[in-house]
Amino acid sequence: MGRYFVKRILETIPLMLVISVFVFMFIHLIPGDPARTLAGLDAEEYEVQAIREEYGLDKPIVQQYVDYMAKLFRGDMGRSMKSSTPVTGLIFDRMQNTLKLVVAGIAWAPVLGIFIGVMAAIKHGKLFDHISMLIAITGLSAPGFWLGLMGIQIFSVQLGWLPSGGLDTWKGYILPSFTMGCGIMAVLARYSRSSMMETLREDYVRTARAKGQRESVVMFAHAFRNSLIQVVTILGLQIGGLLSGSVLTETVFSIPGMGRLLVDSIAFRDYPVVQGLLMLFALQYVLINLVVDLLYGVINPKIRFD
Amino acid sequence: MADIREKEQTNAAFDQNYIDETIKADQSSKAKQFVKKFLKRKTAVIGLIIILLLIVIAIIGPSLAPYDYTAYDYDHVLEGPTAAHIFGTDVYGRDIFSRMLVGTRLTLGVSLSAVVIGAAIGSVLGLLAGYYGGVLEMLVMRSSDILFSFPDILLAIAIVAILGPGIINVLIAVMVFTIPSFARIMRSATLAVKGSLYVEVAQSLGCKDSRLLFVHIFPGTIQSLIVNFTMRIGSAIMAAASLSFLGFGANVSEPEWGAMLSVGRSYIGIASHMVYFPGLVIFITVLAFNLFGDGLRDTLDPKIK
Repeated sequence: MGRYFVKRILETIPLMLVISVFVFMFIHLIPGDPARTLAGLDAEEYEVQAIREEYGLDKPIVQQYVDYMAKLFRGDMGRSMKSSTPVTGLIFDRMQNTLKLVVAGIAWAPVLGIFIGVMAAIKHGKLFDHISMLIAITGLSAPGFWLGLMGIQIFSVQLGWLPSGGLDTWKGYILPSFTMGCGIMAVLARYSRSSMMETLREDYVRTARAKGQRESVVMFAHAFRNSLIQVVTILGLQIGGLLSGSVLTETVFSIPGMGRLLVDSIAFRDYPVVQGLLMLFALQYVLINLVVDLLYGVINPKIRFD
Repeated sequence: MADIREKEQTNAAFDQNYIDETIKADQSSKAKQFVKKFLKRKTAVIGLIIILLLIVIAIIGPSLAPYDYTAYDYDHVLEGPTAAHIFGTDVYGRDIFSRMLVGTRLTLGVSLSAVVIGAAIGSVLGLLAGYYGGVLEMLVMRSSDILFSFPDILLAIAIVAILGPGIINVLIAVMVFTIPSFARIMRSATLAVKGSLYVEVAQSLGCKDSRLLFVHIFPGTIQSLIVNFTMRIGSAIMAAASLSFLGFGANVSEPEWGAMLSVGRSYIGIASHMVYFPGLVIFITVLAFNLFGDGLRDTLDPKIK
């Protein structure tokens, strides 16, 4: 077990390095002179030169990367071109709103999704199974941002029950939380159904039944717990995707979070901010997947270091 | 003596014919079985019908449109659905139904071509990686891991941020995140087929690598390919619509569904039909591909669920 942990943690290091190279290269990948890109299209030549020196763009590229990483480890992601405030501060100001949205989505969607999926597997072939799988594929196919907009139309514009944007009161959380969680619920319902159905076919479930174990014990102590093992991996991927999925939710409900900052910064060509956000989003995704894999090792004792 | 040889030849010819016909009969009954099994899944059939309908609209849509999709009509601005304009009109009085009919080609075309190109690149890479192994395999699989370490929508946004907004760049972005899933699936499918007897036989008969790859190995992997292909189209349409909604996609004057939805967002309070119809059609389209994909997967390969 210890070796599995160490191996898995060590595996993420090269991945993170490659991601950092990609994100570092971001400014260089944009067609044209990076210094001019950063300075803006209407900048004077002396301004471009100043940028070139400030960002060390005249140095060899390897040197630039080393400098970039050294700064990054000190929490320095450069300054915003638009407001000339440090990127790190800018991101941290927005982080709270995004995290609130993520929590609002995680709070209900995975539990409900797994519940629906497991119940559908138990009631396989019955009406409940058909209806819940229809709901799941609908949730999977409906664009979340569209559902959010329709929610605004019905509950804010028509009925006036809920605010159409912002997170000022608890009511403000209802529609965004629905928008964030809908897709996750659908994915988890589908996965936990098939995982549960697979587990129900296992020999140990038959053995449990054969020895006269009560059906509820067979379902939950034997089948459900084992079927969760597969579901955890999917859950991790979904939660990792939530943070960047909040880009759309923040746009729909005009919530000033990290996703909105990303979209606005791309529109303003504020590349240091874009770079910082991409780095952060990718790193959190890798880290969440790492945590999920480690969890997987804990709940599934069959995992061995191979 | 000649007699015997002739008899042997006829026998051999007969055997060959017999084998050919048995194989043919087997294949046609397999196809029949597949159709029969598929038709039993009503939701999948509905999905297929909607897809076919959408393809027809994409081809002849412009001639079906009751109005010119660019015609301004300032007497009927932001009107809700009426008998004359069944999906209502937009901010310039243009008929939304006509715009959606015309836009079908653009919207489906972008997602379909992105997935087709991405699938082709990913499949070839996966095929080569699975067959040759070694450094090539490591390179392909590690690159896939890296692409997978970005959530789909974030990767697409990053690519559009580099290339700038626009429908072609959306196509490229969707294509790039389609590649790794095909590379992975094809690699594992190739590995599975590679060990089978018929590939070994072909190899020992001195079959050339290219022939072995495309004539012997590729057909064996096609089932997993088709299923992933159908599933991916749904997510491609969703991703392209999301990018357009964020303002990175098609120019807002174009009748692309996501772009229409994005424009409609500003008028949600006074003209919700501008959001309702494009979103509903995107939803139905994605749903159709997902239902069809689910049905195909269950019919072709009941093991993976």
